[in-house]
Amino acid sequence: MSFFNKFFSKEKKEDLDKGLEKTKSNFFNKLTKAVAGKSTVDEEVLDELENILISSDVGLETTVKIIERIEGRVAKDKYLNTSELNGILRSEIVSLLAENNTIDLEEFTLPTTEKPAIIMVVGVNGVGKTTTIGKLAHQYKKQGKKVVLGAGDTFRAAAVDQLKIWADRVGCDFYSKGMHTDPAAVAYETTEYAIKNGCDVALIDTAGRLHNKINLMKELTKIKNSIDKKLGGAPHEVLLVLDATTGQNAIEQATHFTNATDVTALALTKLDGTAKGGVAIGISDQFKIPIKYIGVGESIDKLQIFNKQAFVDSLFEA
Amino acid sequence: MFDSLSERLEGAFKTLKGESKITEINIATSIKEIRRALVAADVNYKIAKEFTDKVKEKALGQENVLKAVKPGELMVKIVMDELVDLMGGQAAGINIKGEPAVVLIAGLQGSGKTTFSGKLAHFLSTKRKKKPLLVACDVYRPAAIDQLTVLAKQVGAGIYTEPENKNPVEIALKGIGHAQSNGYDVVIVDTAGRLSVDEQMMTEIANVKEAILPNETLFVVDSMTGQDAVNTAKAFNERINYDGVVLTKLDGDTRGGAALSVKYTVGKPIKFVSMGEKMDTLDIFYPERMAQRILGMGDIVSFVERAQEQFDDEEAKRLEKKIKKNKFDFNDFLGQIGQLRKMGDLKSLMNMIPGMSKMTKDLNIDNSAFNKVESIIQSMTPQERGNPELLNLSRKKRIALGCGQNLDEINRFIKQFDQMRKMMHKMTKMPGMGGMAGPGATMKRGFRKRR
Ligand SMILES: Nc1nc2c(ncn2[C@@H]2O[C@H](COP(=O)(O)OP(=O)(O)OP(=O)(O)O)[C@@H](O)[C@H]2O)c(=O)[nH]1
Ligand SMILES: Nc1nc2c(ncn2[C@@H]2O[C@H](COP(=O)(O)OP(=O)(O)OP(=O)(O)O)[C@@H](O)[C@H]2O)c(=O)[nH]1
Ligand SMILES: [Mg+2]
Ligand SMILES: [Mg+2]
Repeated sequence: MSFFNKFFSKEKKEDLDKGLEKTKSNFFNKLTKAVAGKSTVDEEVLDELENILISSDVGLETTVKIIERIEGRVAKDKYLNTSELNGILRSEIVSLLAENNTIDLEEFTLPTTEKPAIIMVVGVNGVGKTTTIGKLAHQYKKQGKKVVLGAGDTFRAAAVDQLKIWADRVGCDFYSKGMHTDPAAVAYETTEYAIKNGCDVALIDTAGRLHNKINLMKELTKIKNSIDKKLGGAPHEVLLVLDATTGQNAIEQATHFTNATDVTALALTKLDGTAKGGVAIGISDQFKIPIKYIGVGESIDKLQIFNKQAFVDSLFEA
Repeated sequence: MFDSLSERLEGAFKTLKGESKITEINIATSIKEIRRALVAADVNYKIAKEFTDKVKEKALGQENVLKAVKPGELMVKIVMDELVDLMGGQAAGINIKGEPAVVLIAGLQGSGKTTFSGKLAHFLSTKRKKKPLLVACDVYRPAAIDQLTVLAKQVGAGIYTEPENKNPVEIALKGIGHAQSNGYDVVIVDTAGRLSVDEQMMTEIANVKEAILPNETLFVVDSMTGQDAVNTAKAFNERINYDGVVLTKLDGDTRGGAALSVKYTVGKPIKFVSMGEKMDTLDIFYPERMAQRILGMGDIVSFVERAQEQFDDEEAKRLEKKIKKNKFDFNDFLGQIGQLRKMGDLKSLMNMIPGMSKMTKDLNIDNSAFNKVESIIQSMTPQERGNPELLNLSRKKRIALGCGQNLDEINRFIKQFDQMRKMMHKMTKMPGMGGMAGPGATMKRGFRKRR
């Protein structure tokens, strides 16, 4: 509890809890049942553990890894009761998340001290890219920063209108060349706009695309390069948005988007639903890319900073 | 990253090979592997367990025929049959009887409802000669109404919106009234995305349904959904008792285990699959394809479609002519390699072909396999590229030097090229084989053009 308070305001924790409630009660109940009256970790307990992790979309590989670690720990430490097993589990998952040596943010900070910071947002269709941009812009705006949103999705019906509405909600600048224009040009000119107008940060939206579409992935690389052409070293952040309801395909997404654009950060959306977001653990395990944000609702303030300890705690604490 | 599922299965079945009988003991590994394969394909873990229990039962009951069939093959067949059986059932069309017929669309955020609404309108007007009206009942998402309006225009369907009205029940009812007085015979009601745990929003959709009494209610699911598919499908079914399911984004590379999870959980038929962002990328559901896809046993259909996207007709026709005259040259070959490259990672393409995953597993096939060939061709003069006959020994030696490969490799490549050329030429002479030049020529269906 006290841990949370350090990181989240009260409402924030409630949001996260609401989303994770189901996971939590499931997990804790099952685990308690599985270990009730037993003094050692037997096969049955581990099987149950496996089921729990799998059902959270953690994935086979990572689940096996976690279970092997637990077996190792148990063989060494000999646990006695549920709460101890619970503690071991939690610390193993946290350590798995921490192995990529990424430190959680403490607040919504820009990826660079250079001005303007350019953030390009990518991901498959419908995961929440545009919404996340709106929410993130809101956070920067609240800090008094000058923000511009670049309408780089020129393909999906009404994509530009959607981003414009977000810009109005946030009260920030907006740059668009309209629908069906070259997204690389939009990205370039948004960067130019940010430089000319003294913006602190530009957030550039891109059209959703499935990672197996080679040409669309090439287009993404081109968009990124055009930003760099305008401002050397930019974009300073390539944010890959993942939907927490997605299963193992999220790992493929991370692979291909990283190949195309050198993703530097992840956002995990829709954690306010029943999906457990276990995919985050798997991805964090396999990629050296930090999960920076989590989306916990559709409204403007429903974006939080990802915190490993808090995330795992809220999965396990009753 | 993931082992291909068919590899897993093949691995599991290997343990059965050479044994003449399926027993509790020798089936255990296979069953476990099948279960793992299903889970890796995002089939809900509980369903995967129940499914494999059933498979096991069937396999054990089949001892008698085992003399004729290898146990491994039998297992594959049992798994496939069972999957197809579970996902299929009788083909269920969409109910569009009514004046007007009303179709209600529901699902999670971003699952593809609005896009599907547009596609369905297109489908009904082009394939069923209907006059559909789209009704915009998403009063929450920014620009949701604009989005549906754009799509309606694209497909030439009617659109009914009330930008100032925040009451979806009212909008839906008035939309139906509008359809009645304007001669529309199908009304498609697009609704906002909602979470199954959002009580208020679930009540809203239940109210909409109760008010408009749709002929058909469709639940839209993203095919990339993981273990949660079960919860969501169940929760929506409890509230709106939908008639069918729509699977979206199947143009991706997800295994799509959610299809099995949803069907198994609620027993409602999967009526449509959505496979792209364009309005004509809607298809009916084929359980066999889906079963193969879930099991990673190759998806020849996707392969064909991917090929179709990349090869253009003009080029195919041009090549066909050249092949007929036996004039296929190194430039054409380079072009073909380029086309293949555009289709994506070679290994993943090969894996779409049934049975290929086993063969490609240990082969180090990546796109760089082409590099060698390309560097040989690039070391030729433009004249040589256009006239393969020119290549004599001294030219070959120069090419070898130019690309840093030895003469043997050059010879081998040129020989292979010659053989290929001859074969292609022969094929064009065979009756009925006129269009063999490049996949584009034979696979043209005019469906799914690249955006
Ligand atoms: N419940 C919930 N819904 C979200 C969250 N983030 C986004 N959404 C919703 O998901 C849907 C899709 O969001 P968008 O921001 O349009 O997604 P996108 O990735 O930009 O989509 P495309 O540009 O079409 O690929 C919208 O209905 C959003 O309101 C979240 O954290 N929780
Ligand atoms: N590649 C691909 N993209 C799709 C498919 N169906 C929908 N999309 C895309 O997925 C994203 C979300 O689709 P929408 O139709 O806006 O989803 P929705 O369910 O209406 O979203 P909300 O109204 O926000 O809940 C858009 O970018 C669509 O273009 C599909 O079959 N394949
Ligand atoms: Mg968007
Ligand atoms: Mg919609």
